[in-house]
Amino acid sequence: MSKNIKKYWPLFVLPTFLAFIIGFILPFLIGIYLSFCEFTTVTDATFVGLTNYVKAFQDTIFQHSFWYTAAFALVSLIIINVVAFLFALALTQKLKGTNIFRTIFFMPNLIGGIVLGYIWQLIFSGILSQYSMAINLDSRLGFIGLVILVCWQQIGYMMIIYIAGLQSIPEDMMEAADIDGASSLQKLFKITIPMMMPSITICTFLSITNGFKLFDQNLALTAGEPGKMSEMMALNIFNTFYGRAGYEGVGQAKAVIFFVIVVGIGLIQLYFTNRKEVEQ
Amino acid sequence: MKKKLPMYLTTGILTFLALTWVFPVFVVLINSFKNKLYINAEPFKLPNADSFVGMENYAEAIDHYELLKALVITVFITVVSVAVILICTSMCAWFITRVKNKVTKAIYILCVFSMVVPFQMVMFTLSKIANILHLTTPWGIVIIYLGFGAGLAVFMFCGFVKSIPLEIEEAAMIDGCTPVQTFFKVVLPIMKPTYISVGILETMWIWNDFLLPYLVLDINKYKTLSIAIQYMKGSYGRVDMGAIMAALIIAVIPVIIFYLSCQKYIIKGVAAGAVKG
Repeated sequence: MSKNIKKYWPLFVLPTFLAFIIGFILPFLIGIYLSFCEFTTVTDATFVGLTNYVKAFQDTIFQHSFWYTAAFALVSLIIINVVAFLFALALTQKLKGTNIFRTIFFMPNLIGGIVLGYIWQLIFSGILSQYSMAINLDSRLGFIGLVILVCWQQIGYMMIIYIAGLQSIPEDMMEAADIDGASSLQKLFKITIPMMMPSITICTFLSITNGFKLFDQNLALTAGEPGKMSEMMALNIFNTFYGRAGYEGVGQAKAVIFFVIVVGIGLIQLYFTNRKEVEQ
Repeated sequence: MKKKLPMYLTTGILTFLALTWVFPVFVVLINSFKNKLYINAEPFKLPNADSFVGMENYAEAIDHYELLKALVITVFITVVSVAVILICTSMCAWFITRVKNKVTKAIYILCVFSMVVPFQMVMFTLSKIANILHLTTPWGIVIIYLGFGAGLAVFMFCGFVKSIPLEIEEAAMIDGCTPVQTFFKVVLPIMKPTYISVGILETMWIWNDFLLPYLVLDINKYKTLSIAIQYMKGSYGRVDMGAIMAALIIAVIPVIIFYLSCQKYIIKGVAAGAVKG
């Protein structure tokens, strides 16, 4: 059968593969090459070795954006997952109106990052102006604001994944625990959480990479103000490319560093959570 | 009976949280009917006789900032891109799962790899390549979306194709179906749930995407909703808060309609996409 299909490859594979080359493979490979070059457009590149990387690592704003992003990803990871898990536990009880609650909590997820940023800018400026403060005057306020925004957006998404996980736990397991006289806390820590490890892996992985990749919300809410102190990595890279003439090479080097960090975090995190799953 | 009280308590807490959840959108909605001078000063007050302006902000957003055009462009790009992605990537996924060799395996691995690469890594080169190839129109960007969105779609379709028993397709071929007929008449109908899941994930991504169209499209001619809103805030000297409030509502309404009309599929699609992602 395989032979029969094989000669149809131009129809089945070629369109996707060509687009994939244009949309991903070429930009990726040229991007890596350009990180070692000085250039203003793709065609005028001259090789300069590691200069761009040295400049990128020496950039104190870039370093700041790394720590700011890391702190943001960690804080939002914890809050999103704890709250989403609690929501999921509450909504799998036999309550009235669980569907309505689920619908409402999930809704912000479908709204785009730019729109979300401006919605929350209005709310924050309304609250903070009463104390004559503003979100773009203090990077700590910007941090808190961004965490609130992202929690509001992503808790519903993670909640859906946790609900699916909770519903897949076999009922008889809980009944057996009841008969053995387990308390509800014991059931939570000895049955529910271990059984939920696959969902927890997925959700922590998603929320930490989402945290690192955050761009639209950052741009719309604070745009890095004050003085680039609330600028996250993705926005910093964007500003290096398009904000400073002659720094395109440094921007590309930063992008490669960013790529390595995102992939690295994903791998470490998968390794740890997989090990926990095996232990059960 | 013992359990009654905590139940009421949980419902009460959830109701309170649900209200805080809709609060931000509600605030934007009431402000979209206020005169722009009243918005920054007192955003949490309901419109009164002084501040109420009816649909004026909406008219301003549509006339002055061409928001309806942006809406049409966004709908066009989303619908065409998602349709193209669904057809092309499902065919590709079926082929590379059924024909096993080094090339198809390499394509699969590259697709999985592309899912973890952040957009910043490719954004500069991608926008330059799009420029060189003249893909800066709503038609052209479809090719970019097919290329950059292929990873997730191919991955999810492959996962499903693996679970289809080979016998069904073999039977069709023995009965005289060509591979093309087998795909469209036998495989495609079986994969319907995956089409819905992938379609929803890609729709959510493309509809809300900002940076890719911002860098790829010819911005002077074509703005998507997200780009138009960013421009209202950014590049004009005076910021018209009233028009922005109206624009935010115009951007949110289609999403809410879409969500409420296919909520069941969206929630299933998200759960399915997460399990495989």
